[in-house]
Amino acid sequence: MIQTDILIIGAGPTGLFAVFEAGLLKLKCHLIDALPQPGGQLAELYPKKPIYDIPGFPEILAGDLVDNLMKQIEPFQPGFTLGERAETIDKLEDGTFIVTTDKGTKHHAKVIAIAGGLGSFEPRKPPISNLAYYEDKGVVYMVKDPEIYRDKKVVISGGGDSALDWTIYLADIAKSVTLVHRRNEFRGALDSVDKVQELKNAGKVELITPAEVVALAGDEKLEAVTIQRGSEIIERHCDYFIPLFGLAPKLGPIADWGLEIEKNAIKVDNTLDYQTNIPGIYAIGDINTYPGKLKLILCGFHEATLMCQSAYQRIFPNKRYVLKYTTVGGVQGFDGSKKEAPKAVVKMIE
Amino acid sequence: MNDIKITIIDREGKSHTVNAPTDMNMNVMELIRSYELAPEGSIGICGGMAMCASCQCYVISDHELPEMDQDEDLMLSEAFFVKDNSRLSCQLFITDAMDGLEVELAPEA
Repeated sequence: MIQTDILIIGAGPTGLFAVFEAGLLKLKCHLIDALPQPGGQLAELYPKKPIYDIPGFPEILAGDLVDNLMKQIEPFQPGFTLGERAETIDKLEDGTFIVTTDKGTKHHAKVIAIAGGLGSFEPRKPPISNLAYYEDKGVVYMVKDPEIYRDKKVVISGGGDSALDWTIYLADIAKSVTLVHRRNEFRGALDSVDKVQELKNAGKVELITPAEVVALAGDEKLEAVTIQRGSEIIERHCDYFIPLFGLAPKLGPIADWGLEIEKNAIKVDNTLDYQTNIPGIYAIGDINTYPGKLKLILCGFHEATLMCQSAYQRIFPNKRYVLKYTTVGGVQGFDGSKKEAPKAVVKMIE
Repeated sequence: MNDIKITIIDREGKSHTVNAPTDMNMNVMELIRSYELAPEGSIGICGGMAMCASCQCYVISDHELPEMDQDEDLMLSEAFFVKDNSRLSCQLFITDAMDGLEVELAPEA
């Protein structure tokens, strides 16, 4: 089991910065995120977009801000459980917590900080009435092990990079690949669009556009899809249907943790430390709500800082502490590294 | 006065005619959020970058609106419940020419 002082759920900017503030207090952090990389929305949605309201940065690309935060927290050696979603939380008798992910990874922590942004990123599912019935029976939203598609008939829908990339990849593996998209144009990388065009010309991929998958059929498992192109109805036998319409954040299991939820966010009791209705569980950044809340990265940084002070008090109720400035105290990493302001040079005038 | 009237039909089918400022660089998605006509977390998820389609609306009145840019067009090509009159309300910046505009929010996808 992974042991840590503060378990941070969500590795976006707020969660990452919390590692730094915790580190100054010599508290060790571990982060869980459903995405395979740290950075949250900044990395997943808009890495190349500029942000103009980070204090001290007239302009910084979202991806660069994440890189900088990762560099800033490096001395504090945070642990990461990536690509896993925090699923359940158990409070033990001693007031500590165990958080288990959807893949069964267990984390034991003294304090929990939920920095989950808008929730965990989940695949966007097309509105096909019996889609849920065929989940794990032929409908998949993420290609994990391409080998299961060997010699199978696959229908993919979507027009972005992942739809194009998997069409290209599976063209060599699957018995047949049919790509369905609502438009004739694709928004993926040009290389990928050209490649799919080549595969289509070579007869290795069937392209059905502008069209939509509108119905699924099969008894025990998926056997066929119905595709609508204008007024034309097309049936295709298939073993797998892979809708690839990107990811959207959903509050997810957090909503079932007994936390007070308001406006799709976790209500915090006060703005002194952003603790939730469950003592020892904090909510910071976009995931929380309180009167006057602003969903800004800079507010998340502030909330993370106050949360860490409170977490320290909770973990060490009898230890006195007073805030120290990094300019004075420097930064002492858990890796033995030490950063500090250079001492003034004193030279005598004779 | 820099306000115009815009009518929004919410996801329950209820119509709201609200004052919309033209001098705050606001878009229709933000207008809807400012009047709390859709629950927080169900609209404007990407913040207005034409990246999530959670603010999709159908334009009911016959206003001439600015043409879609590529980002909006491509996002709508992957959104659900799309109709011919679909727009992303985050890309509709409020101007005097929109006085009397009527839009209906698309279902939550």
